[in-house]
Amino acid sequence: MESHDVIIIGGGPTGLSAARRLSDLGIRDVVVLEREAVAGGIPRHCGHLGFGWQSHRRLWSGPRFAAELRKAATGLDVRTAATVLELVKDGHLRTQTPAGLAEMKARHILIATGTRETPRSARLVGGSRPQGVMNTGALQQHVYLHHNKPFERPVIIGSELVSFSALLTCRHLGIRPVAMLEENPRISAQRPGDLIARFVLGVPVRTSTKLVAIEGRKNVEAVEVEHRGKRERIACDGVIFTGLFRPETALFPAGLPSEKFSISGNAVGPLKTSGECWLQGVAAAEGIARKLT
Amino acid sequence: MEQRFDIAVIGGGVVGLAVLRRFAMAGLKCVLLERGSDILSGASKGNSALLHTGFDAPPKSLELRCMKAGYAEYLRIRQKLYLPLIESTAIVVAWDDAELAALPAIVEKAHKNGIADVRAISQTELRLKEPELAKLALGGVLVPGEHIIDAWSAPLAYAHQALAHGATILRNAEVTDGEFAGDEWTLASGQGKITAHVVINAAGNFGDLVEAMARPSPFAIKPRKGQFVVFDKPAHKLLRAIILPVPTARTKGVVLFRTAFGNLAIGPTAEDQDEREIAACDQDTLRRLRLRASVMVPALAKVDVSATYAGLRPASDRKDYIIEALRDRNWITVGGIRSTGLTAALGIADYASQLYAKNFGKLPKKPAEQVWTPVPNLSEGRIRPYMMGGEILCHCEHVTRGEIEAALAGPLPAGDMGGLKRRTRAMMGRCQGFYCSAHIADISKGHFDGKP
Ligand SMILES: Cc1cc2nc3c(=O)[nH]c(=O)nc-3n(C[C@H](O)[C@H](O)[C@H](O)COP(=O)(O)OP(=O)(O)OC[C@H]3O[C@@H](n4cnc5c(N)ncnc54)[C@H](O)[C@@H]3O)c2cc1C
Ligand SMILES: Cc1cc2nc3c(=O)[nH]c(=O)nc-3n(C[C@H](O)[C@H](O)[C@H](O)COP(=O)(O)OP(=O)(O)OC[C@H]3O[C@@H](n4cnc5c(N)ncnc54)[C@H](O)[C@@H]3O)c2cc1C
Repeated sequence: MESHDVIIIGGGPTGLSAARRLSDLGIRDVVVLEREAVAGGIPRHCGHLGFGWQSHRRLWSGPRFAAELRKAATGLDVRTAATVLELVKDGHLRTQTPAGLAEMKARHILIATGTRETPRSARLVGGSRPQGVMNTGALQQHVYLHHNKPFERPVIIGSELVSFSALLTCRHLGIRPVAMLEENPRISAQRPGDLIARFVLGVPVRTSTKLVAIEGRKNVEAVEVEHRGKRERIACDGVIFTGLFRPETALFPAGLPSEKFSISGNAVGPLKTSGECWLQGVAAAEGIARKLT
Repeated sequence: MEQRFDIAVIGGGVVGLAVLRRFAMAGLKCVLLERGSDILSGASKGNSALLHTGFDAPPKSLELRCMKAGYAEYLRIRQKLYLPLIESTAIVVAWDDAELAALPAIVEKAHKNGIADVRAISQTELRLKEPELAKLALGGVLVPGEHIIDAWSAPLAYAHQALAHGATILRNAEVTDGEFAGDEWTLASGQGKITAHVVINAAGNFGDLVEAMARPSPFAIKPRKGQFVVFDKPAHKLLRAIILPVPTARTKGVVLFRTAFGNLAIGPTAEDQDEREIAACDQDTLRRLRLRASVMVPALAKVDVSATYAGLRPASDRKDYIIEALRDRNWITVGGIRSTGLTAALGIADYASQLYAKNFGKLPKKPAEQVWTPVPNLSEGRIRPYMMGGEILCHCEHVTRGEIEAALAGPLPAGDMGGLKRRTRAMMGRCQGFYCSAHIADISKGHFDGKP
């Protein structure tokens, strides 16, 4: 069985920065397992600016940031299309790669699997199930990775920071959201998010407005919303569910198997920015290095 | 398309496809017309996927007869078509004294229906078998023969086997009109005119409307919706048996069951509606289902929901299936196949072929060479393609690029995104396409008529 000092699960900002730091600290037998075809994590498809400040003192777009992280990992053992299927037992993993299944083990395993948004299903939203309902993450991939316009006039559900990033993503391909809906009386993101939405992007932000159901046969035709006890129908052709982040913990639903495993970045705790995750990766690497040497 | 067929089947649900297979394998020239952009656009796309014994079916009914025949044939042919069978058994659980008192009658009815291994079990045995079940459960009836399959592999396999025996399947082919001229039907469809000697109506929730082409429909379809909540993978290990409620006259009730895909689900509700096509979920019902599941199995309270869906049963104003031949109209009606059609489909097909032989002439001899068309495996517990390698695209359900590409090719490529999901499981997991849907939309670009 393949055996290493450290295996890092996930090649996003956290995993890549941890791998780089471990190597700089003299721990060379490190493998990053990344299930996508390209490493870099979520920033790969965040086409807007706002990345790189904490790590490089630069202002980059997400894809540029991801590219810089990959460049910094040149020479390290970063394996893409390599999925971790299961944490088997103490320090062991079951993996899948294009060559098939395998088991691997390491003295320490760092889990850096990131976070995702809550989809429609887990929010128990009612209505039919037409095409054109997605999270920001999927929309970003449509727009920035595949130059694909899944709809023309969607509604955006939520008003966290990422909701405004959904707005920017729409704008990139000339998609014009008809409204941004927030269940609570105020928007979740700090100002000036709402002002940007209203005045720069021309999208009305409607607070105290709760999504009840989605309508449509093949494609989305409308959403039904509730505002102060009154129901209303808003015509649209897509629904973007933003935010309500949930760490990607599918590998350890019942907690970590042992102290040979640790978690870092957005796979743990409340949402952090890419820069904070990058710093956490560095800190995690230093902790692991202390433990192993 | 201007062609003449021996048989035209209207409707590409599990029943229509099983019927098509039966007649095509008998050597007749068959066509199937489906209004949706893919097969399984109606009731057959969203059900509980349980293989029922018929232990609780109305005694002596046509439904029971078809279920038993369908069940037996499924077990006979499933290996040759590589269809799944997760042997799970079911337990009808009594949650209060009134239900406990109803159990003996359930056992008696099962025995009357010829399901001899059905027996009552005590609370102690129930707890031993299902330790995660809430302590409120008082006792039950064990039904060893109830099993789990998946909703889509079987009909897909029937379709492929029919194609391999020369059948034609036309999608986007809604039949809008039919004319009978003495010995032959001419059907107007979304794919042009089709002529056929005999027409078989398997139009599910549209069955009575299609029937009106042949005669004033003697039955009226009353679509009955069923909503489901699906729990994420960690829930799968919490149960072994299918947990059935004590049934009422109207419905088999809400069931808690493992799925072939490694999840655990609760449903279906039974809600009558006029709408024949859209099965909408509503938040309150989904919440109630979720809560109910965690009352039955308390550990479920901590498991995330990964999917929700609803299906529409083609129920009718009759108590039984309506399967009959109109001798002087060259027409066979297969209607009102409400809540057991996945199980009964092969039995229904056989019954329809008997009606044909009685009314419209002998079936040609079965060809000596039968072609078997195994379908790709979708179930857990058997080898899945990713285990052999390949690039995983859908990470939650472990679906490979090879599976996606195969589903977009071949003699019956996916006709829409729903069809692609049903052929592969892609995008049906906990993230619902967060990671892979854009990529898969890109790969399938140009394969579907609608938007990506
Ligand atoms: C839609 C969305 C938009 C965001 N926008 C911003 C933004 O604009 N600015 C910002 O600063 N932050 C943003 N974030 C926060 C984002 O989580 C962080 O920027 C950062 O990407 C977190 O880094 P990470 O390495 O912890 O996780 P990720 O970047 O998510 O990387 C995790 C990696 O692990 C891999 N992986 C997961 N499971 C496995 C497995 N079983 N086997 C192998 N590999 C696996 C994944 O493929 C992924 O590449 C956004 C997040 C989301 C979801
Ligand atoms: C919630 C629920 C749970 C269920 N659970 C189970 C179970 O566990 N086990 C089991 O055995 N069964 C179960 N069933 C029952 C089973 O799903 C149905 O009995 C079965 O799907 C009916 O199949 P069908 O082919 O008759 O109808 P459908 O699948 O509806 O097929 C009819 C087809 O005809 C097409 N059509 C209609 N009009 C036209 C036209 N004019 N021209 C061309 N095409 C047309 C429709 O688009 C449709 O695709 C369940 C059903 C539901 C809804």
